[in-house]
Amino acid sequence: MKSLWAVTLATLEKDIRLEWRSKDALNSMLFFSLLVVVIFAFAFDPLAEESRQIAGGLIWVAFLFAAVVALNQTWARELRNQVLDAYRVSPAPANALFLAKALGNFIFVSVLEALMAPLFVVFYNLHVLGPAWQLIPIAILGTWALVVNGTFFAAISLRTRSREIMLPLLLFPISIPAVLGMVAGTTAVLTGDNPAHFYIVLLLTYDVVFTTACLALFETVLHAE
Amino acid sequence: MKWLFPILSIITAILLAYALYEALVVAPTDALQGDVYRIIYYHVPSAWTAFLLFFINFVASITYLIGCKPKADILALVSAEVGVVFCTVVLVTGPIWARPVWGIWWAPGDIRLTSTLVLWLIYVSYLVLRRFSTSAQTQILAAALAVFGALDVPLVYFSIWFFRTQHPQPVIGGGGSIDPRMLHVLLLNWLAFLCFAFLVCWSRYRLEVLHREVEEAHAMESLAGGAPANASLPPDRSSR
Repeated sequence: MKSLWAVTLATLEKDIRLEWRSKDALNSMLFFSLLVVVIFAFAFDPLAEESRQIAGGLIWVAFLFAAVVALNQTWARELRNQVLDAYRVSPAPANALFLAKALGNFIFVSVLEALMAPLFVVFYNLHVLGPAWQLIPIAILGTWALVVNGTFFAAISLRTRSREIMLPLLLFPISIPAVLGMVAGTTAVLTGDNPAHFYIVLLLTYDVVFTTACLALFETVLHAE
Repeated sequence: MKWLFPILSIITAILLAYALYEALVVAPTDALQGDVYRIIYYHVPSAWTAFLLFFINFVASITYLIGCKPKADILALVSAEVGVVFCTVVLVTGPIWARPVWGIWWAPGDIRLTSTLVLWLIYVSYLVLRRFSTSAQTQILAAALAVFGALDVPLVYFSIWFFRTQHPQPVIGGGGSIDPRMLHVLLLNWLAFLCFAFLVCWSRYRLEVLHREVEEAHAMESLAGGAPANASLPPDRSSR
Protein backbone atom coordinates (compact mmCIF):
# COMPACT_ATOMS: atom_id res chain seq x y z
CA MET A 1 0.00 0.00 0.00
CA LYS A 2 2.84 2.32 0.93
CA SER A 3 4.67 1.66 -2.34
CA LEU A 4 1.43 2.29 -4.27
CA TRP A 5 1.16 5.80 -2.84
CA ALA A 6 4.89 6.44 -3.12
CA VAL A 7 4.89 5.55 -6.82
CA THR A 8 1.64 7.44 -7.39
CA LEU A 9 2.98 10.59 -5.80
CA ALA A 10 6.33 10.35 -7.59
CA THR A 11 4.64 9.94 -10.99
CA LEU A 12 2.14 12.67 -10.24
CA GLU A 13 4.92 15.03 -9.18
CA LYS A 14 6.83 14.25 -12.38
CA ASP A 15 3.75 14.91 -14.54
CA ILE A 16 2.94 18.16 -12.78
CA ARG A 17 6.52 19.36 -13.09
CA LEU A 18 6.55 18.49 -16.80
CA GLU A 19 3.27 20.32 -17.28
CA TRP A 20 4.47 23.29 -15.24
CA ARG A 21 7.52 23.65 -17.50
CA SER A 22 5.84 23.07 -20.86
CA LYS A 23 2.20 24.07 -20.13
CA ASP A 24 1.25 22.11 -23.27
CA ALA A 25 -2.02 20.62 -22.04
CA LEU A 26 -3.22 23.62 -20.05
CA ASN A 27 -2.59 26.18 -22.77
CA SER A 28 -4.27 24.15 -25.48
CA MET A 29 -7.24 23.33 -23.21
CA LEU A 30 -7.65 26.94 -22.14
CA PHE A 31 -7.56 28.33 -25.64
CA PHE A 32 -9.82 25.57 -26.93
CA SER A 33 -12.53 26.11 -24.31
CA LEU A 34 -12.24 29.88 -24.76
CA LEU A 35 -13.01 29.35 -28.45
CA VAL A 36 -15.98 27.15 -27.57
CA VAL A 37 -17.35 29.82 -25.21
CA VAL A 38 -16.99 32.57 -27.80
CA ILE A 39 -18.47 30.50 -30.64
CA PHE A 40 -21.43 29.40 -28.51
CA ALA A 41 -22.02 33.00 -27.42
CA PHE A 42 -22.18 34.06 -31.09
CA ALA A 43 -24.26 31.06 -32.13
CA PHE A 44 -26.99 31.42 -29.49
CA ASP A 45 -26.88 35.05 -28.31
CA PRO A 46 -29.15 34.20 -25.36
CA LEU A 47 -31.18 36.34 -22.97
CA ALA A 48 -30.48 36.06 -19.22
CA GLU A 49 -33.33 33.63 -18.59
CA GLU A 50 -32.43 31.45 -21.58
CA SER A 51 -28.76 31.41 -20.69
CA ARG A 52 -29.59 29.99 -17.26
CA GLN A 53 -31.37 27.14 -19.06
CA ILE A 54 -28.57 26.35 -21.53
CA ALA A 55 -25.42 27.37 -19.63
CA GLY A 56 -25.15 24.02 -17.81
CA GLY A 57 -25.02 22.22 -21.13
CA LEU A 58 -22.59 24.69 -22.71
CA ILE A 59 -20.15 24.68 -19.80
CA TRP A 60 -19.90 20.92 -19.63
CA VAL A 61 -19.72 20.38 -23.37
CA ALA A 62 -16.86 22.89 -23.49
CA PHE A 63 -15.05 21.15 -20.60
CA LEU A 64 -15.70 17.72 -22.09
CA PHE A 65 -14.11 18.68 -25.41
CA ALA A 66 -11.25 20.48 -23.70
CA ALA A 67 -10.60 17.53 -21.38
CA VAL A 68 -10.15 15.28 -24.42
CA VAL A 69 -7.26 17.51 -25.50
CA ALA A 70 -5.47 16.88 -22.20
CA LEU A 71 -6.41 13.22 -22.01
CA ASN A 72 -4.95 12.54 -25.45
CA GLN A 73 -1.59 13.83 -24.25
CA THR A 74 -1.62 11.71 -21.09
CA TRP A 75 0.04 8.63 -22.45
CA ALA A 76 1.57 9.99 -25.65
CA ARG A 77 4.35 11.49 -23.50
CA GLU A 78 5.25 8.03 -22.16
CA LEU A 79 5.64 6.52 -25.63
CA ARG A 80 8.75 8.55 -26.37
CA ASN A 81 11.93 6.71 -25.36
CA GLN A 82 9.81 3.61 -24.55
CA VAL A 83 8.97 4.88 -21.05
CA LEU A 84 5.74 2.88 -21.02
CA ASP A 85 7.57 -0.34 -21.90
CA ALA A 86 10.05 0.35 -19.11
CA TYR A 87 7.12 0.83 -16.76
CA ARG A 88 5.64 -2.50 -17.84
CA VAL A 89 8.73 -4.47 -16.90
CA SER A 90 9.28 -2.58 -13.64
CA PRO A 91 7.84 -4.07 -10.42
CA ALA A 92 5.89 -0.86 -9.63
CA PRO A 93 2.12 -1.47 -9.28
CA ALA A 94 0.22 -0.66 -12.49
CA ASN A 95 -2.59 1.02 -10.59
CA ALA A 96 -0.13 3.57 -9.17
CA LEU A 97 0.60 4.73 -12.71
CA PHE A 98 -3.11 4.90 -13.49
CA LEU A 99 -3.97 6.80 -10.30
CA ALA A 100 -1.15 9.28 -10.90
CA LYS A 101 -2.30 9.93 -14.48
CA ALA A 102 -5.95 10.25 -13.46
CA LEU A 103 -5.11 12.61 -10.56
CA GLY A 104 -2.86 14.65 -12.85
CA ASN A 105 -5.64 15.03 -15.39
CA PHE A 106 -8.07 15.84 -12.61
CA ILE A 107 -5.83 18.68 -11.44
CA PHE A 108 -5.34 20.04 -14.98
CA VAL A 109 -9.05 19.98 -15.81
CA SER A 110 -9.93 21.49 -12.40
CA VAL A 111 -7.52 24.36 -13.01
CA LEU A 112 -9.12 24.86 -16.41
CA GLU A 113 -12.60 24.93 -14.85
CA ALA A 114 -11.54 27.38 -12.16
CA LEU A 115 -10.15 29.72 -14.82
CA MET A 116 -13.02 29.35 -17.28
CA ALA A 117 -15.99 29.50 -14.90
CA PRO A 118 -15.72 33.30 -14.33
CA LEU A 119 -15.57 33.77 -18.09
CA PHE A 120 -18.84 31.88 -18.50
CA VAL A 121 -20.44 34.09 -15.85
CA VAL A 122 -19.30 37.19 -17.74
CA PHE A 123 -20.23 36.03 -21.23
CA TYR A 124 -23.66 34.66 -20.34
CA ASN A 125 -24.58 37.11 -17.54
CA LEU A 126 -25.19 34.21 -15.18
CA HIS A 127 -26.90 34.73 -11.87
CA VAL A 128 -27.33 31.61 -9.73
CA LEU A 129 -30.86 31.21 -8.35
CA GLY A 130 -30.37 27.88 -6.48
CA PRO A 131 -27.91 26.91 -3.70
CA ALA A 132 -24.58 27.78 -5.36
CA TRP A 133 -22.42 25.60 -3.07
CA GLN A 134 -23.91 22.51 -4.75
CA LEU A 135 -22.00 23.42 -7.91
CA ILE A 136 -18.77 22.45 -6.12
CA PRO A 137 -19.62 18.75 -5.51
CA ILE A 138 -21.13 18.57 -9.01
CA ALA A 139 -17.92 19.98 -10.51
CA ILE A 140 -15.60 17.74 -8.48
CA LEU A 141 -17.57 14.52 -9.05
CA GLY A 142 -18.25 15.37 -12.70
CA THR A 143 -14.62 16.15 -13.45
CA TRP A 144 -13.47 12.93 -11.82
CA ALA A 145 -16.10 11.01 -13.84
CA LEU A 146 -14.67 12.45 -17.05
CA VAL A 147 -10.98 12.00 -16.28
CA VAL A 148 -11.08 8.55 -14.68
CA ASN A 149 -12.72 6.96 -17.73
CA GLY A 150 -10.84 9.29 -20.06
CA THR A 151 -7.46 8.21 -18.67
CA PHE A 152 -8.45 4.56 -19.01
CA PHE A 153 -9.75 4.91 -22.56
CA ALA A 154 -6.71 6.96 -23.54
CA ALA A 155 -4.64 3.92 -22.53
CA ILE A 156 -6.88 1.76 -24.73
CA SER A 157 -6.84 4.08 -27.71
CA LEU A 158 -3.04 4.29 -27.45
CA ARG A 159 -2.92 0.88 -29.14
CA THR A 160 -5.15 1.80 -32.07
CA ARG A 161 -4.67 3.50 -35.40
CA SER A 162 -5.53 7.22 -35.35
CA ARG A 163 -5.65 7.22 -31.57
CA GLU A 164 -6.56 10.89 -31.17
CA ILE A 165 -9.91 10.28 -32.89
CA MET A 166 -10.45 7.01 -31.08
CA LEU A 167 -10.55 8.52 -27.56
CA PRO A 168 -13.75 10.59 -27.93
CA LEU A 169 -15.40 7.75 -29.86
CA LEU A 170 -14.87 5.45 -26.87
CA LEU A 171 -15.28 7.99 -24.08
CA PHE A 172 -18.43 9.88 -25.08
CA PRO A 173 -20.94 6.97 -25.24
CA ILE A 174 -19.84 5.64 -21.84
CA SER A 175 -19.86 9.17 -20.36
CA ILE A 176 -23.46 9.95 -21.32
CA PRO A 177 -24.93 9.26 -17.84
CA ALA A 178 -22.20 11.37 -16.22
CA VAL A 179 -22.66 14.22 -18.69
CA LEU A 180 -26.41 14.06 -18.15
CA GLY A 181 -25.87 14.23 -14.39
CA MET A 182 -23.49 17.21 -14.65
CA VAL A 183 -25.63 19.15 -17.11
CA ALA A 184 -28.98 18.50 -15.41
CA GLY A 185 -27.47 19.12 -11.95
CA THR A 186 -25.85 22.40 -13.00
CA THR A 187 -29.04 23.55 -14.70
CA ALA A 188 -31.06 22.63 -11.60
CA VAL A 189 -28.77 24.78 -9.42
CA LEU A 190 -28.63 27.69 -11.88
CA THR A 191 -32.39 27.90 -12.35
CA GLY A 192 -33.27 26.87 -8.78
CA ASP A 193 -36.33 25.03 -10.14
CA ASN A 194 -35.69 21.61 -8.64
CA PRO A 195 -33.19 20.02 -6.22
CA ALA A 196 -29.87 18.72 -7.54
CA HIS A 197 -29.38 15.99 -4.91
CA PHE A 198 -30.37 13.18 -7.26
CA TYR A 199 -27.70 14.18 -9.76
CA ILE A 200 -24.99 14.40 -7.10
CA VAL A 201 -25.87 10.87 -5.98
CA LEU A 202 -25.88 9.72 -9.61
CA LEU A 203 -22.42 11.21 -10.22
CA LEU A 204 -21.11 9.68 -6.99
CA THR A 205 -22.41 6.24 -8.05
CA TYR A 206 -20.89 6.65 -11.49
CA ASP A 207 -17.53 7.62 -9.97
CA VAL A 208 -17.47 4.70 -7.55
CA VAL A 209 -18.49 2.13 -10.19
CA PHE A 210 -16.04 3.26 -12.85
CA THR A 211 -13.10 4.00 -10.55
CA THR A 212 -13.43 0.42 -9.29
CA ALA A 213 -13.70 -0.93 -12.84
CA CYS A 214 -10.67 1.09 -14.00
CA LEU A 215 -8.52 -0.08 -11.11
CA ALA A 216 -9.63 -3.67 -11.62
CA LEU A 217 -8.92 -3.73 -15.36
CA PHE A 218 -6.01 -1.31 -15.83
CA GLU A 219 -3.28 -3.85 -15.20
CA THR A 220 -4.80 -6.19 -17.82
CA VAL A 221 -4.97 -3.37 -20.35
CA LEU A 222 -1.45 -2.10 -19.60
CA HIS A 223 0.06 -5.53 -20.08
CA ALA A 224 -2.08 -6.50 -23.09
CA GLU A 225 0.39 -7.68 -25.70
CA MET B 1 -22.59 -30.64 -37.45
CA LYS B 2 -22.48 -29.19 -40.95
CA TRP B 3 -25.68 -30.94 -42.04
CA LEU B 4 -27.50 -29.16 -39.21
CA PHE B 5 -26.97 -25.74 -40.79
CA PRO B 6 -29.19 -26.16 -43.90
CA ILE B 7 -31.88 -27.87 -41.83
CA LEU B 8 -31.89 -24.99 -39.36
CA SER B 9 -31.97 -22.51 -42.24
CA ILE B 10 -35.09 -24.15 -43.68
CA ILE B 11 -36.78 -24.25 -40.25
CA THR B 12 -35.94 -20.57 -39.72
CA ALA B 13 -37.30 -19.58 -43.14
CA ILE B 14 -40.57 -21.44 -42.49
CA LEU B 15 -40.83 -19.94 -38.99
CA LEU B 16 -40.21 -16.40 -40.27
CA ALA B 17 -42.79 -16.78 -43.04
CA TYR B 18 -45.38 -18.28 -40.69
CA ALA B 19 -44.71 -15.61 -38.04
CA LEU B 20 -45.13 -12.88 -40.67
CA TYR B 21 -48.45 -14.38 -41.77
CA GLU B 22 -49.61 -14.61 -38.16
CA ALA B 23 -48.52 -11.01 -37.47
CA LEU B 24 -50.14 -9.47 -40.54
CA VAL B 25 -53.27 -11.60 -40.99
CA VAL B 26 -54.17 -13.72 -37.98
CA ALA B 27 -53.43 -11.38 -35.07
CA PRO B 28 -56.44 -9.23 -34.13
CA THR B 29 -56.34 -5.50 -34.92
CA ASP B 30 -55.71 -3.21 -31.96
CA ALA B 31 -58.83 -1.40 -30.78
CA LEU B 32 -57.10 1.97 -30.30
CA GLN B 33 -54.18 2.04 -32.72
CA GLY B 34 -55.54 0.08 -35.68
CA ASP B 35 -53.15 -1.82 -37.92
CA VAL B 36 -50.20 0.42 -37.09
CA TYR B 37 -49.58 -1.54 -33.92
CA ARG B 38 -48.54 -4.63 -35.93
CA ILE B 39 -45.02 -3.23 -36.11
CA ILE B 40 -44.54 -4.37 -32.51
CA TYR B 41 -44.21 -7.91 -33.87
CA TYR B 42 -40.91 -6.76 -35.32
CA HIS B 43 -39.98 -4.04 -32.84
CA VAL B 44 -40.31 -5.96 -29.57
CA PRO B 45 -38.75 -9.29 -30.66
CA SER B 46 -35.81 -7.37 -32.18
CA ALA B 47 -35.32 -5.51 -28.89
CA TRP B 48 -35.38 -8.70 -26.82
CA THR B 49 -33.00 -10.42 -29.23
CA ALA B 50 -30.61 -7.44 -29.20
CA PHE B 51 -30.58 -7.27 -25.38
CA LEU B 52 -29.98 -11.01 -25.18
CA LEU B 53 -27.06 -10.73 -27.62
CA PHE B 54 -25.53 -7.83 -25.68
CA PHE B 55 -25.81 -9.89 -22.52
CA ILE B 56 -24.05 -12.78 -24.29
CA ASN B 57 -21.36 -10.28 -25.32
CA PHE B 58 -20.88 -9.24 -21.68
CA VAL B 59 -20.63 -12.83 -20.42
CA ALA B 60 -18.25 -13.80 -23.25
CA SER B 61 -16.06 -10.74 -22.56
CA ILE B 62 -15.81 -11.59 -18.86
CA THR B 63 -14.98 -15.19 -19.78
CA TYR B 64 -12.28 -13.96 -22.12
CA LEU B 65 -10.78 -11.63 -19.50
CA ILE B 66 -10.59 -14.54 -17.04
CA GLY B 67 -9.43 -17.36 -19.30
CA CYS B 68 -8.17 -15.73 -22.53
CA LYS B 69 -9.94 -18.35 -24.63
CA PRO B 70 -10.13 -17.25 -28.31
CA LYS B 71 -13.58 -18.84 -28.70
CA ALA B 72 -15.02 -16.54 -26.03
CA ASP B 73 -13.59 -13.55 -27.89
CA ILE B 74 -15.10 -14.67 -31.20
CA LEU B 75 -18.46 -15.16 -29.48
CA ALA B 76 -18.22 -11.64 -28.00
CA LEU B 77 -17.43 -10.14 -31.41
CA VAL B 78 -20.21 -12.03 -33.18
CA SER B 79 -22.88 -11.27 -30.58
CA ALA B 80 -21.98 -7.56 -30.60
CA GLU B 81 -22.16 -7.36 -34.40
CA VAL B 82 -25.51 -9.12 -34.69
CA GLY B 83 -26.81 -7.30 -31.60
CA VAL B 84 -26.05 -3.92 -33.18
CA VAL B 85 -28.01 -4.96 -36.29
CA PHE B 86 -31.06 -5.95 -34.23
CA CYS B 87 -30.74 -2.82 -32.12
CA THR B 88 -30.73 -0.77 -35.34
CA VAL B 89 -33.98 -2.46 -36.35
CA VAL B 90 -35.45 -1.44 -32.97
CA LEU B 91 -34.33 2.17 -33.38
CA VAL B 92 -35.72 2.37 -36.93
CA THR B 93 -39.08 0.69 -36.30
CA GLY B 94 -39.69 2.68 -33.11
CA PRO B 95 -40.04 6.14 -34.74
CA ILE B 96 -42.08 4.64 -37.63
CA TRP B 97 -44.62 3.51 -35.04
CA ALA B 98 -44.31 6.58 -32.81
CA ARG B 99 -45.09 9.10 -35.57
CA PRO B 100 -48.76 8.05 -36.17
CA VAL B 101 -49.45 7.02 -32.55
CA TRP B 102 -47.66 9.67 -30.46
CA GLY B 103 -47.54 12.32 -33.20
CA ILE B 104 -43.74 12.66 -32.81
CA TRP B 105 -40.86 10.65 -34.22
CA TRP B 106 -38.78 10.66 -31.10
CA ALA B 107 -39.33 11.49 -27.41
CA PRO B 108 -35.95 12.76 -26.14
CA GLY B 109 -36.62 12.31 -22.42
CA ASP B 110 -38.05 8.81 -22.65
CA ILE B 111 -36.22 6.15 -20.68
CA ARG B 112 -36.40 3.17 -23.04
CA LEU B 113 -35.76 5.15 -26.21
CA THR B 114 -32.76 6.97 -24.84
CA SER B 115 -31.22 3.99 -23.06
CA THR B 116 -31.61 1.85 -26.19
CA LEU B 117 -29.92 4.59 -28.22
CA VAL B 118 -27.06 4.85 -25.73
CA LEU B 119 -26.73 1.07 -25.73
CA TRP B 120 -26.48 1.16 -29.52
CA LEU B 121 -23.83 3.92 -29.33
CA ILE B 122 -21.77 1.94 -26.81
CA TYR B 123 -21.73 -1.20 -28.93
CA VAL B 124 -21.02 0.72 -32.12
CA SER B 125 -17.99 2.23 -30.36
CA TYR B 126 -17.04 -1.33 -29.33
CA LEU B 127 -17.11 -2.41 -32.97
CA VAL B 128 -15.16 0.70 -34.01
CA LEU B 129 -12.48 -0.16 -31.44
CA ARG B 130 -12.25 -3.70 -32.82
CA ARG B 131 -11.88 -2.33 -36.32
CA PHE B 132 -9.24 0.27 -35.47
CA SER B 133 -7.20 -1.64 -32.96
CA THR B 134 -3.93 -3.31 -33.92
CA SER B 135 -4.41 -7.03 -34.13
CA ALA B 136 -2.42 -8.41 -31.19
CA GLN B 137 -4.17 -6.55 -28.38
CA THR B 138 -7.65 -6.08 -29.80
CA GLN B 139 -9.27 -8.89 -27.84
CA ILE B 140 -8.31 -7.75 -24.34
CA LEU B 141 -8.99 -4.07 -25.02
CA ALA B 142 -12.38 -4.88 -26.55
CA ALA B 143 -13.29 -7.15 -23.63
CA ALA B 144 -12.41 -4.37 -21.17
CA LEU B 145 -14.57 -1.92 -23.12
CA ALA B 146 -17.45 -4.42 -23.18
CA VAL B 147 -17.33 -4.64 -19.38
CA PHE B 148 -17.42 -0.84 -19.15
CA GLY B 149 -20.36 -0.74 -21.54
CA ALA B 150 -22.31 -3.29 -19.53
CA LEU B 151 -21.61 -1.38 -16.28
CA ASP B 152 -22.89 1.75 -17.97
CA VAL B 153 -26.29 0.33 -18.89
CA PRO B 154 -27.92 0.47 -15.42
CA LEU B 155 -26.46 3.96 -14.89
CA VAL B 156 -27.93 5.17 -18.17
CA TYR B 157 -31.25 3.67 -17.17
CA PHE B 158 -31.34 5.35 -13.76
CA SER B 159 -30.08 8.67 -15.05
CA ILE B 160 -33.06 8.89 -17.40
CA TRP B 161 -35.45 7.27 -14.91
CA PHE B 162 -35.73 10.66 -13.23
CA PHE B 163 -37.66 11.96 -16.21
CA ARG B 164 -41.20 10.84 -16.83
CA THR B 165 -41.33 8.11 -19.40
CA GLN B 166 -43.60 8.10 -22.41
CA HIS B 167 -43.04 4.59 -23.75
CA PRO B 168 -45.88 2.05 -23.28
CA GLN B 169 -45.38 -0.19 -20.25
CA PRO B 170 -43.62 -3.45 -21.07
CA VAL B 171 -46.18 -6.06 -22.11
CA ILE B 172 -44.50 -8.80 -20.11
CA GLY B 173 -43.47 -8.16 -16.53
CA GLY B 174 -44.90 -4.63 -16.60
CA GLY B 175 -48.20 -3.02 -15.81
CA GLY B 176 -49.61 -3.28 -19.35
CA SER B 177 -52.06 -5.93 -20.51
CA ILE B 178 -52.12 -7.76 -23.84
CA ASP B 179 -54.62 -9.98 -25.64
CA PRO B 180 -53.48 -13.63 -25.32
CA ARG B 181 -53.72 -14.06 -29.11
CA MET B 182 -51.41 -11.08 -29.62
CA LEU B 183 -49.01 -12.45 -27.01
CA HIS B 184 -48.99 -15.76 -28.84
CA VAL B 185 -48.04 -14.08 -32.13
CA LEU B 186 -45.46 -11.94 -30.36
CA LEU B 187 -43.74 -14.96 -28.82
CA LEU B 188 -43.90 -16.81 -32.13
CA ASN B 189 -42.17 -13.87 -33.80
CA TRP B 190 -39.56 -13.80 -31.07
CA LEU B 191 -38.85 -17.49 -31.61
CA ALA B 192 -38.44 -16.88 -35.35
CA PHE B 193 -36.13 -13.92 -34.68
CA LEU B 194 -34.08 -15.93 -32.20
CA CYS B 195 -33.63 -18.72 -34.75
CA PHE B 196 -32.63 -16.16 -37.35
CA ALA B 197 -30.16 -14.45 -34.97
CA PHE B 198 -28.70 -17.80 -33.99
CA LEU B 199 -28.28 -18.74 -37.65
CA VAL B 200 -26.52 -15.47 -38.50
CA CYS B 201 -24.30 -15.72 -35.41
CA TRP B 202 -23.41 -19.27 -36.26
CA SER B 203 -22.33 -18.54 -39.82
CA ARG B 204 -20.48 -15.39 -38.70
CA TYR B 205 -18.75 -17.45 -36.00
CA ARG B 206 -17.60 -20.02 -38.56
CA LEU B 207 -16.43 -17.25 -40.85
CA GLU B 208 -14.41 -15.62 -38.05
CA VAL B 209 -12.83 -18.95 -37.07
CA LEU B 210 -11.82 -19.55 -40.69
CA HIS B 211 -10.54 -15.98 -40.97
CA ARG B 212 -8.30 -16.42 -37.95
CA GLU B 213 -7.05 -19.79 -39.18
CA VAL B 214 -6.10 -18.22 -42.49
CA GLU B 215 -4.33 -15.34 -40.72
CA GLU B 216 -2.44 -17.74 -38.52
CA ALA B 217 -1.44 -19.88 -41.51
CA HIS B 218 -0.14 -16.76 -43.27
CA ALA B 219 1.85 -15.78 -40.18
CA MET B 220 3.34 -19.26 -39.84
CA GLU B 221 4.16 -19.32 -43.54
CA SER B 222 6.02 -16.03 -43.42
CA LEU B 223 7.87 -17.19 -40.30
CA ALA B 224 8.89 -20.45 -41.98
CA GLY B 225 9.70 -18.86 -45.33
CA GLY B 226 12.22 -16.36 -43.93
CA ALA B 227 11.54 -12.76 -44.91
CA PRO B 228 7.88 -11.78 -44.39
CA ALA B 229 6.12 -9.81 -47.08
CA ASN B 230 6.07 -6.56 -45.10
CA ALA B 231 9.67 -6.70 -43.88
CA SER B 232 10.43 -3.35 -45.51
CA LEU B 233 7.93 -1.53 -43.26
CA PRO B 234 9.37 0.35 -40.29
CA PRO B 235 9.12 -1.64 -37.04
CA ASP B 236 7.41 1.23 -35.20
CA ARG B 237 4.13 -0.23 -33.97
CA SER B 238 2.69 3.03 -32.74
CA SER B 239 2.58 4.56 -36.21
CA ARG B 240 0.30 1.92 -37.67
